Amino acid sequence: MAASDNTTPFIDFRDVWLAYNDELLAKQQFAVEAIDLKVRQGEFIAIVGPSGCGKSTFMKLATGLKRPSRGQIVIDGAPVTGPLKISGMAFQASSLLPWRTTLDNVLLPLEIVEPYRSQFRSKKAQYAERARALLRQVGLDGYADKYPWQLSGGMQQRASICRALIHEPKMLLLDEPFGALDAFTREELWCTLRDLWQAQRFNVILVTHDLRESVFLADTVYVMSKSPGRFVVRREIDLPRPRDLEVTYTPEFTDIVHELRGHIGAMRKTGAEMAQ
Amino acid sequence: MSMTAAQRRRMLERASPFILMAIIVVLWELICRGFQVSEFVFPAPSAIWAKLVEFHAEIAKHAWRTFWVTMVGFGIAIVVGVLLGFIIGSSRLAYTAIYPLMTAFNALPKAAFIPILVVWFGIGVGPAVLTAFLISFFPITVNIATGLATLEPELEDVLRVLGAKRWDVLTKVGLPRSMPYFWGSLKVAITLAFVGTTVSEMTASNEGIGYLLISAGSSMQMALAFAGLLVVGVMAMAMYELFSFVEKHTTAWAHRGSQAA
Repeated sequence: MAASDNTTPFIDFRDVWLAYNDELLAKQQFAVEAIDLKVRQGEFIAIVGPSGCGKSTFMKLATGLKRPSRGQIVIDGAPVTGPLKISGMAFQASSLLPWRTTLDNVLLPLEIVEPYRSQFRSKKAQYAERARALLRQVGLDGYADKYPWQLSGGMQQRASICRALIHEPKMLLLDEPFGALDAFTREELWCTLRDLWQAQRFNVILVTHDLRESVFLADTVYVMSKSPGRFVVRREIDLPRPRDLEVTYTPEFTDIVHELRGHIGAMRKTGAEMAQ
Repeated sequence: MSMTAAQRRRMLERASPFILMAIIVVLWELICRGFQVSEFVFPAPSAIWAKLVEFHAEIAKHAWRTFWVTMVGFGIAIVVGVLLGFIIGSSRLAYTAIYPLMTAFNALPKAAFIPILVVWFGIGVGPAVLTAFLISFFPITVNIATGLATLEPELEDVLRVLGAKRWDVLTKVGLPRSMPYFWGSLKVAITLAFVGTTVSEMTASNEGIGYLLISAGSSMQMALAFAGLLVVGVMAMAMYELFSFVEKHTTAWAHRGSQAA
């Protein structure tokens, strides 16, 4: 799958640098630096790297929650100047509200984001139906009226992803969404995410520690280094779609995982030498 | 009808406060009789009960006065406490500015304000209401502020990216989250409010249980004084139970551990 460079990219980072405050900027200490990234419409990218390498910072930049110190970010044809409503986010902790049912948790974004917000009262039934359909899609049929604490960890995470998708964002950002789940549940959720993405073709930015996860799900995997937080490797995953879990046992798949593992291992080694 | 072990344990748990109270009353009675303690020093429960029955009209009048005065003071404490807690919990600047002052204020003995309040408002309802208020708003403020301040950063990101204003985050997340803290604080605050009213009535009123305590004490009617104490205790306990009940039925999600059983 060759990147279609001839069309305008959906996400376009142009030499983006970020220091968290003016003091760090003066000392030239950047959380992420020199990020150049072009993502086409509907592409699924994964970012892997060691803890604290600035992956979460990257998420904040891509959603407009942080402005870059240098460089420019253009998403969906417009420069990013503030929080981007076309994005939905989910994290390792599901952070569902315990006093709301699963359904009401999923509906929460519609109570906040326009244009749904002003129509929320009059169209509530319609929105609830939409939320139920989404819950059905991720296999939470029959759990809509349960409270989050009555659900298992995997189910909570599914609900959290539904909440991120309810306002039909063009871009889904996931920060280690499956990190706290057991291996079997995690693989189930990979498939859930794959199916959602296949059906709706929003852009996905997945931040993860798990190399197998990144290779199974993504079109392109970026490896990030720690201090400085830079993208050091870009690897296109040319495994055919739709991908089945079986693909994770093929030699092609393991070769890619090994290759990425090698990059990260090399980075860690130089990092250790630098520390000594 | 036979009960399972679990049912029996639950029954015992529910009856335990009454059993303990009965044991204390019986022991108290036995000690007073056994050692022939003078009623002027330490009256037995039976003597207290006798006074309670004998002066029931008088006690009821004073109790009613103490009750409504406390409720007025407590009502003001809820309004002020919630507003102040809301301000402190939702703004970092307000938190930094107000908190040290408030802590210092809370450390002052509220009884020390009574003479000042008497100068300002005269003997009677004014000082009692204000003492009840001053003593009970602090826990409400602190709890509301704590509830509002404990927002996960991830959830804040999820909402902010959708264009949520500060107000949205407060009303959709902060306030519901602080409700269990709020009800919890009311339980503490109501008992403090009764303390405030009673203490104030002891020096700055001609009515109320506090006044009754002082006048009974000065005429050596110890059993009557104890009867007055008993009535305050019962009123505070009843209000505490009321808030417990409301708390359990409005914020069940925060007590799911105990409900699951």
